[in-house]
Amino acid sequence: MSTVVAAEPGRSLARGVGHSVRDWIPAVIVLVAILVGWQAAIEAFDIQRFLLPKPTAIASRFWEERETLWAAGWFTFQEALWGFAAGCSAAIAAALLLARFRPLGTALMPYFIAANAVPIIAFAPIAIAWFGIDKGSKIAIAGVLCFFPVLVNMLKGLTSVKPSSIELMHSYAAGNLEIFRRVRIPASLPYLFASLKVASVLAMIGAIVGEYFGGSFTSLGIQIKSAAALFNFETAWAAILVACILGISFYLAISLVEHFAMRWHPSARGAQS
Amino acid sequence: MSNTGVGSTEPPRSAGAGSAGAGAGKSAAAVTIEGVTKTFAKGGTIAVQDIDLELQPGEFVSLIGPSGCGKSTLLRVIGDLVQPTTGTVKVGGKSAHQARLDRDYGMVFQEAVLFDWRTITKNISLPLELAGWDRTRRNDRVKEMIDLVELSGFESHHPWELSGGMQMRVAIARALSFDPKLLLMDEPFGALDEMTRERLNLELLRIWEASGSTVVFVTHSITEAVFLSTRVVVMSPRPGRIAGTVEIDLPQPRTADTREEPRFFELATELRELLRGRAVEPIQAEEVQ
Repeated sequence: MSTVVAAEPGRSLARGVGHSVRDWIPAVIVLVAILVGWQAAIEAFDIQRFLLPKPTAIASRFWEERETLWAAGWFTFQEALWGFAAGCSAAIAAALLLARFRPLGTALMPYFIAANAVPIIAFAPIAIAWFGIDKGSKIAIAGVLCFFPVLVNMLKGLTSVKPSSIELMHSYAAGNLEIFRRVRIPASLPYLFASLKVASVLAMIGAIVGEYFGGSFTSLGIQIKSAAALFNFETAWAAILVACILGISFYLAISLVEHFAMRWHPSARGAQS
Repeated sequence: MSNTGVGSTEPPRSAGAGSAGAGAGKSAAAVTIEGVTKTFAKGGTIAVQDIDLELQPGEFVSLIGPSGCGKSTLLRVIGDLVQPTTGTVKVGGKSAHQARLDRDYGMVFQEAVLFDWRTITKNISLPLELAGWDRTRRNDRVKEMIDLVELSGFESHHPWELSGGMQMRVAIARALSFDPKLLLMDEPFGALDEMTRERLNLELLRIWEASGSTVVFVTHSITEAVFLSTRVVVMSPRPGRIAGTVEIDLPQPRTADTREEPRFFELATELRELLRGRAVEPIQAEEVQ
């Protein structure tokens, strides 16, 4: 009974994103079970700390080095954020252009789909040669990683409008600009947000992996890499924990924007009732 | 139901189909179709061939025929959404293209084609926004339309929260919101159940009587065509041609009892025979293929 009371203050906030606290209880139980199982397994089977440190050891290291880790996290997050912003806005602009000039889109689309399948992260060492060892190269990798999925999805959203919708707009003597503004762009939003969520994850990956090839010492990639090299595995895991927290927060922030931008969407049905 | 002032806008029922009515005054015709043929580039399919048809203002004309007879194509040619290969279409004396630019058309499709991101109010006001009406005028008009299609209380709902029949009423309200001269309807009730369809048929007639607009209505239901129309144009398939025209001389206004009248069945039989007469040959040819 006491848990229900304790959960009350969080209720209104949780309801805001369409879930009640009750829905989260199973997930929380699973998390606790994993952490307890992890800790118990290490003690029971005497697992070496370089293979897997104890959750308690990671937590205490996280607390001890919180200032360094958060500084590194913020540094990396900024790279990811700038890469995300640049890559996504370029992709949205390109998608609008290609949807407006369809022959151009038809000609280039196969290459974009192919480029979307290229492991762009492989270019990371070359990006350092092009954009320097500092933030620039990481922003570039994160940006390029974000670009293709957003472009391909946005373009799909803009062009998969039902022909009858377009006929309807034509019957009202609406021009191309009006059709874009009132039909194509709103219709593409679900596609856009799906790809932005993917891009938020890719941006963090791009920034961190980019840092593995060299960069500022106050970055997560370098922290993880050097800690692991020095057999300082608790620190490496603590840095990974920071990366996880930042990555998930980034993802949730975009989900929240999506929720408010698309209150009209049928998927918001649950939140309204 | 007792809408008055309708009698004056009623079409001249005695006027013969096509050429006979044309003599009364060519400029007054709501729609004039002359020698329209549409061939689709893909495969060279002839969708419609040598169509001549004239609609008087206030008429409710149904186009009926089996699937693939080009009735939807003909509707789109009238609405300037499809360009005819040969022939001309005049709407109120203007070219179809000019009529579209002047926003003379209200279109309703088989699906309601409502936009999920707009509320019911906003969906209905879409054509008014495009026509540049100011907000107060839009709001007044939308309120009027919502009353007309009896959707009060659903103004701020989203389309997906409404049933299929209600969605179609929104589509009709939207099509009528800017008072178009010509209402083009492409099997609007085809996806609805029989009971909803019959109720919406009655509602459509009420709205038509109140608005006095000319309606071109595509359907493949014989009874729906008889019930709604002042005139039914029967089309035969491949290539789509006019197989015949039947004046529907049932009294106005039509009510639920109209469906029980002997004359209703006579007209339905007449249509059925027209449809069968022309359809026998092509269907057999198709079966051999």
